[in-house]
Order: sequence, then structure tokens, then C-alpha cells
Amino acid sequence: MFKIVKKEELSELVTSFEIEAKDIAKKAKAGNFFVLKIHEEGERIPLTIADFDTERGTITTVFQKVGKTTHHLGTLNEGDSISDVIGPLGRHSHIEKFGKVVCVGGGVGIAPIYPIARALKEAGNAVISIIGARAKNLIFWEDKMQRVSDELIITTDDGSYGRKAVVTVPLDELLRENNDIQLIYAIGPAIMMKFVCKTTEKYNVKTIVSLNSIMVDATGMCGACRINVGGKTQFACVDGPEFDGHKVDFDLLMSRQRMYIDEEKVSFERYKKKRGFNTLWKRKNQKRECI
Amino acid sequence: MEEKKPKKRVHMREQVPQVRARNFMEVPYGYTPEEAVEEASRCLSCLNPSCTKGCPVAVDIPSFIKLMKEGKFIEAAWKIKEENALPAVCGRVCPQEIQCESLCLLGKKGEPVAIGNLERFVADYEREKGEIQIPEKPKPTGRKIAIIGSGPGGLTCAADLIKSGHQVTLFEALHKPGGVLMYGIPEFRLPKAIVEKEVDYIKKLGVEVVVNAVIGKLYSFDELFNEYGSDACFIATGAGLPMFLGIPGENLNGIYSANEFLTRANLMKAYLFPEYDTPIKRGKKVAVFGGGNVAMDAARVALRLGAEKVYLIYRRSEDEMPARKAEIHHAHEEGIEFMLLTNPTRFIDDGKGNVCAVECIKMELGEPDQSGRKNPIPIKGSEFQIEIDVGIPALGTRSNPLLVSTLPDLKLNKRGYIMAEEETGMTSKLGVFAGGDIVTGSATVILAMGAGRKAAKAINEYLKWKYWDTRSLSN
Ligand SMILES: Cc1cc2nc3c(=O)[nH]c(=O)nc-3n(C[C@H](O)[C@H](O)[C@H](O)COP(=O)(O)OP(=O)(O)OC[C@H]3O[C@@H](n4cnc5c(N)ncnc54)[C@H](O)[C@@H]3O)c2cc1C
Ligand SMILES: Cc1cc2nc3c(=O)[nH]c(=O)nc-3n(C[C@H](O)[C@H](O)[C@H](O)COP(=O)(O)OP(=O)(O)OC[C@H]3O[C@@H](n4cnc5c(N)ncnc54)[C@H](O)[C@@H]3O)c2cc1C
Ligand code: SF4
Ligand code: SF4
Ligand code: FES
Repeated sequence: MFKIVKKEELSELVTSFEIEAKDIAKKAKAGNFFVLKIHEEGERIPLTIADFDTERGTITTVFQKVGKTTHHLGTLNEGDSISDVIGPLGRHSHIEKFGKVVCVGGGVGIAPIYPIARALKEAGNAVISIIGARAKNLIFWEDKMQRVSDELIITTDDGSYGRKAVVTVPLDELLRENNDIQLIYAIGPAIMMKFVCKTTEKYNVKTIVSLNSIMVDATGMCGACRINVGGKTQFACVDGPEFDGHKVDFDLLMSRQRMYIDEEKVSFERYKKKRGFNTLWKRKNQKRECI
Repeated sequence: MEEKKPKKRVHMREQVPQVRARNFMEVPYGYTPEEAVEEASRCLSCLNPSCTKGCPVAVDIPSFIKLMKEGKFIEAAWKIKEENALPAVCGRVCPQEIQCESLCLLGKKGEPVAIGNLERFVADYEREKGEIQIPEKPKPTGRKIAIIGSGPGGLTCAADLIKSGHQVTLFEALHKPGGVLMYGIPEFRLPKAIVEKEVDYIKKLGVEVVVNAVIGKLYSFDELFNEYGSDACFIATGAGLPMFLGIPGENLNGIYSANEFLTRANLMKAYLFPEYDTPIKRGKKVAVFGGGNVAMDAARVALRLGAEKVYLIYRRSEDEMPARKAEIHHAHEEGIEFMLLTNPTRFIDDGKGNVCAVECIKMELGEPDQSGRKNPIPIKGSEFQIEIDVGIPALGTRSNPLLVSTLPDLKLNKRGYIMAEEETGMTSKLGVFAGGDIVTGSATVILAMGAGRKAAKAINEYLKWKYWDTRSLSN
């Protein structure tokens, strides 16, 4: 059992947990993820290790409530425990001194981009960060990102905070104005990563993305997470999750992410019904739809 | 004189095929005590029993059967457990027809004694009567052993070493111990409650089981030795990397490796979705590719998930199928449609990223290859398509590099499996032993157990002398 020692609501859909996991914290590096399973009947879902503290023996994860498991996760509180936590998984980011780099975090992708930006900064890079979301209330960790970036650009789709734009707009400008950008790191929804790569391809700047395909074991045993990179099938969980974005077949990734759309709906609807009043009440209070 | 005539084997009653094809309950019901005694009474108690030679762990078959004849079922179970820590599992999944039973004297004239069924009966009896015997705790030796992988190989090695008085820790990457017994072999062949009980037994012996521990990631190998202070280590991580066909369309939605399909169904209990959270596609028309145990299991699971049609597509003929005869028979009975001498060439997209059909080509058998099996050759122009919504390549597995890639000084063979001495499991790295599928490639439960047992013995020797001679491993 893994205890939640700290819970923070970062926005109405995004929650952060600090989880006691001493041994994982000791090994975690930027770019690693872990798998959790809430309880006996639960599914295994992967989440990025957004921060880790060796001394406290904890890892921090930031997750967005999208379906049954993440909503259920969001109902847990400080002091509650998660039955299984497995990690650190995946290859960690390759960090060195590149020079000038841009880190792009979209939506909940702001969380996983943070430890990478920090590691890049610590390695002596000049870090420009762009974080974006649909609206102001979905932006979080601005202060944390500020601390590890030489320059921080914030965008929102609706203009409620920062620049009214999608992340690729300032990114394109940066690339146009600076021909010394050595590397781009982009994490966010697949569609965002796809367009980031389209943007950076024009400037021929190497772009690393972190792929979030559907996973089961996350140890290379099942192949659920398979994706196509440079014409070759790869397993995101062990060969990645980071890949050269210019070689990734994003359309395949997105198609595979939709594989269980019907089942996810069934599961979520059933969950909401079971929780009944509770979720509805919350929803009304927060004036929003669950997804 | 009547009794001298060899009696017929007592048949184990089963769920009827039409019924069982739609549920996940175990296929055979097991013997009643009367049936068990009757079947046991067929055994001739040979003085020089050949059956025992057919068992990779040399279970004392005549002795346990003799105890059964006397109605001493619990004692019979203990007898088996002297050699085999997992009788309820082996009684169910061992390929007895090519092992113990193949050498039974009675088999020369008629049907051999149903050794597997008897083994299964006494193990179940012992478990249900709650009279599991925990041997007395041996004197602690102060030695620590780390075992990586909790499949049959790791479990057996752990059970043996704990009995020698060592401190044994078993590390498992998944959230449940048992290896393939838990994630691969389906509920209707091996109920998971039985595996859990067997693991419990090993815990009761004093083995510490650490789940969610991906060795190579969470702990490095050197940490196991230096920080954790192991004196020796046994690697039994299995052969868990799925193989695909390498044909177009293989990444379409609806195409699963058998590993994924079975892991979802068994370990994650997706057949109980949405009671359990893990989803699985319930295909209406399912094609499984391959002819081994894994293919049979995948096909029979697909059927139980509600498929109208399940095709088993195999490029050779039925004689060449590596699956157990009993499982092929069960698959036929349940209505799996065998398409032999057929090979898939590509999967077809429905335009939305889902598989909607598979194109196959007919094969004919040519000359025998090195393995003695006739080589299938495609027949030009014989392509045809079948409609499917789920496709499952079950082509076997390869070595999973996750752990071994962190161990550069561990010698591997050409196929990526660990090189280990057959009799001891000794590897090229000091204090490290290995066995089971990670050494042999996909094999059987009992062979992995045999390897675990041999390694336990060798580890005991090693701890006495710390002697390491890897000459036999140089190739
Ligand atoms: C390496 C990796 C790192 C990730 N890191 C984060 C993170 O830091 N924060 C975060 O909020 N999300 C992260 N995700 C995504 C997260 O795993 C999914 O949002 C979560 O599984 C959704 O589960 P659900 O039951 O709530 O939603 P569902 O309704 O079941 O699914 C919603 C969508 O999530 C995806 N998904 C569903 N099941 C899985 C699964 N088993 N594995 C992967 N994706 C799945 C599918 O695309 C699906 O359409 C990461 C995914 C991967 C692969
Ligand atoms: C579907 C299927 C059906 C089968 N049917 C039969 C049958 O009827 N009869 C029969 O005799 N055999 C059968 N087999 C074969 C048999 O199951 C295997 O030969 C046997 O399980 C091998 O045992 P093992 O101990 O070597 O490894 P496994 O059972 O493969 O167990 C290895 C364990 O190690 C864990 N592991 C891997 N890497 C790490 C790591 N880095 N750190 C920690 N843990 C790790 C894995 O998660 C796994 O739990 C079947 C196999 C399959 C897949
Ligand atoms: S362990 Fe397997 S091979 Fe040995 S006697 Fe039992 S069923 Fe036969
Ligand atoms: S060979 Fe057959 S008859 Fe003889 S002891 Fe073994 S099981 Fe009994
Ligand atoms: S999730 Fe199973 S192989 Fe990647």
C-alpha cells in the first residue's frame, strides 16, 4: 500500500498527489513514469513522475480527471492509500548541456515537462518554457516553471490568461527569431505534440516528445503500447516514452488511444451512477461537465 | 480372473462443451474420492516404476498413489510435495501425455494411469480440507537469497531454499505473484484461486514476496547484492516478449498480442468488465494465429468472451501443432474453427483504424526442415479474406531484455536467453543462477520448476564453497 501524503487541487480537473514510495523516489529521474492500480478491481494506468523527493521518500504526480480511474483517483484524500505503485518505468530523459532549449507543456503536460526543464536548467542550458491550456483555471505550476526557466511564456486558447494562442504560435516565433535553439521538448495531448513537431520540422530543430499510448504491464511484455517511429514498431513503455517527434506516426498513436472509447464510456457512466449524488453535486457546484 | 483384465481409466467429468464455451469456470470437475480411489487402484505399484522417469522433478508416483489407494489423501499430497511444491498446478497443466503418463507400464496395453488427475485430486483435497502441512522451520543459516520472477521457476526455487534455512526474498514485477500461471493460463484451465493458495503456501514457509518490484528499474542487480546483501541470486524472469507477424496492418485497433489479450483477461480479469476496470474487445469474429498452447488459450478465451466465430489459423497441419493434444481436443469440442495450412498476409482497415478483415494465403507442405517438420510453402494466387474484428497473433515469445540489458557481464546466447549450466543453473556471473523460460525459451511449467529445484540445490552447494567454474559455459 502506498500512502498519499499530500493532495492539492491544481485546477478543477487537475490534481496533484505526493505519494510515499521511498524506493521509487530514490531511483526516479526526469522522464520516468510509474503505473498505479487503485484497488483490487482497478486497472493499471501510467502517470508521469512529475517530481520526486529522495529525502521525504515521495514521488509527486499530477493527473487530469478524464475517465473512471482518474476520477476515482481524485476522490482519494491525504492519508488514503493506493494498492499498487510500480516504477520508475521507461527510459529517463537524456539530459546534457545543449545550449538553448525550449520546453513546451500543454494541459496536464505541464507537470511532466517540469522535471525535464529543471534537469535541463541544472545542466546549464538556457531554458525557454511555453505552457498552455484551454483556459486560465487549467494552468498550474506557473511558479515552479518560472523558477527553472530563463523565460516563461503562457498561452490560453480563450485568452483568459497569458497570450490568447495555442502553444505553437509563440514556439514558431521563437524559432523564427532565434536560430540557436538546439532542442525542443514537448509534452501534452497527442494532437498538440503533432503540431509542435509540424512547427519545428520547418526549422529542422530536433524535437523530443513523450508518448502516452495505452499501457497494461508497462514492462515490455504485452505490446499494448506499440507505436510507429520511423516506420518501425516500438513499445512506448520500454523503448520510450520519449521519442524523436519528427519520426512518430501521431495519427496511429491517436487512433490507438481511441481503442476503448466505448468501454471507457460504459465504465465511467456506471461509476457516476454508483457514486450518484456525490459526483453530481460536485459537478453542479463547479459548473462544469465531468469530461 | 475377471479383475486381471486392465480396467478402463476413470474418466474425469467435464462441463459440456456448449455450456463451458460461454463461461470461465474450470472445464473438468475433478474426481470424487471414490473415483480417485478407483483410478488409483489401477496402478500396479511397479517396483521399478518407469512413470517416475518421465517426470522432470521425479515425483514418487507409486508411493503417492499407494497412499491414495489406502484413502490417505493428505499423506499422498505431502508425498508429492516432497518433490513438487505446486501439485494442484501441475496436475492440471503438465503435458502428462508426453511426460509421466507416457512411460506408465499400463500405457503399453491400454490407457496409462491418470497420474495428473490423481495429483490434482489430492492437492485439491488437501487444500479444501485445510490441512496444509507447514514443515518445521529449519535452523536459520543467516544467508540471503534474492529470487527474481515469481513464476513456477522462482516459486519452486524459493520453496526449496527456505527449507534449507536461508532468508529468501522473491521479487515480482507485476502486482500479483505467479508469472504465467497468473497472467497467461486462463481461469478455466487453472483457477487463479489455486495459484493464490500455492503462493500463500510458499509465503507460509517464510518466503518474503515483494510485488511491484521491477528489477533493473526499482533495484539494480548490484543493489540486490551490495545493499540488500544477497549471497546468491536466482533469475527466473520468463520469456515475456511478444512476437508479432510483421505484416501490414498489425497495429490496427483490435489486434492483440496473445500476451496482451490473456493478461487483460486473466491477470486484470477483463472478462468481468465493467465490474473490473480493465477493458477488452469482445470480438464477434476472432482470428487467432498459431498452433501452440497459447493460441488454444487465446482462442478459447475469445469464445468465452462471446465471439460468434473463432478461427484458429495455423500454417502447418494439425499433426504439427505444438499444443497439448487435450487442449486441441477441447478447442475442437467447443467449436473453434481450425483453418490449417493457412497463413495471414495482411490486416485490413475499416477506414477508422480498426481491423475489419484479414487476408490469408493457402499453404502446402514441402520437404521437412532441420527440425523434421514439413516446411509450409505459400500457394500462389490462393489469397482470400475473412471478416474479423479481433485478431490475435500467438506466435510465441522472446526473451525480455528489461533485466538482462542492465547486466552486461551476464552471458546470453544468440537468441538473447541467459546461458546457464543445465544441471545447476550457474551463469557467467558470480553468485547468479538462472532457470526456466529465460534460459530455455518458452517451455513448460514443470521444466521451469525442475530448473528452480536444481538451482536451489546448486545454490546450497555454492554457499558452502563459493566455488565458481564457468568453463562449461564458454562457447
Ligand atoms: C507514459 C504515460 C504517462 C502519462 N502521464 C500522465 C500524467 O502525468 N498525467 C495525466 O493526467 N495523464 C497521464 N497519462 C495518461 C493517463 O494514463 C490516462 O489519462 C489515464 O489512463 C486515463 O484513465 P481513465 O480511466 O481515467 O480514463 P479513460 O476513460 O479510461 O481513458 C481516457 C483516455 O485515456 C487513455 N487511457 C485509458 N486507459 C489507459 C491506460 N491504461 N494507459 C494509458 N492511457 C490510457 C486513452 O487514450 C483514453 O481514451 C500518461 C500516459 C502514459 C502512457
Ligand atoms: C498462455 C500460456 C499457456 C501455457 N500453457 C502451459 C501448459 O498448459 N502447460 C505447461 O506446462 N506450460 C504452459 N505454458 C508455459 C509455462 O507457463 C512457462 O513455461 C512457465 O510459466 C515458465 O516459468 P518461469 O518461472 O520460467 O517464468 P514465468 O512463468 O514466465 O514467470 C516469470 C515472472 O517473472 C517476472 N519478471 C520478469 N522480469 C522481471 C523483472 N525484471 N523483475 C521482476 N520480475 C520480473 C514476470 O512478471 C513473471 O511473473 C504456457 C504459457 C503460456 C504463455
Ligand atoms: S509433476 Fe507433472 S510430470 Fe510430474 S508426475 Fe506430476 S503431472 Fe506428471
Ligand atoms: S508405471 Fe504406471 S502402473 Fe507402474 S507405478 Fe507408475 S503409474 Fe503405477
Ligand atoms: S504496456 Fe505492455 S508492452 Fe508496453
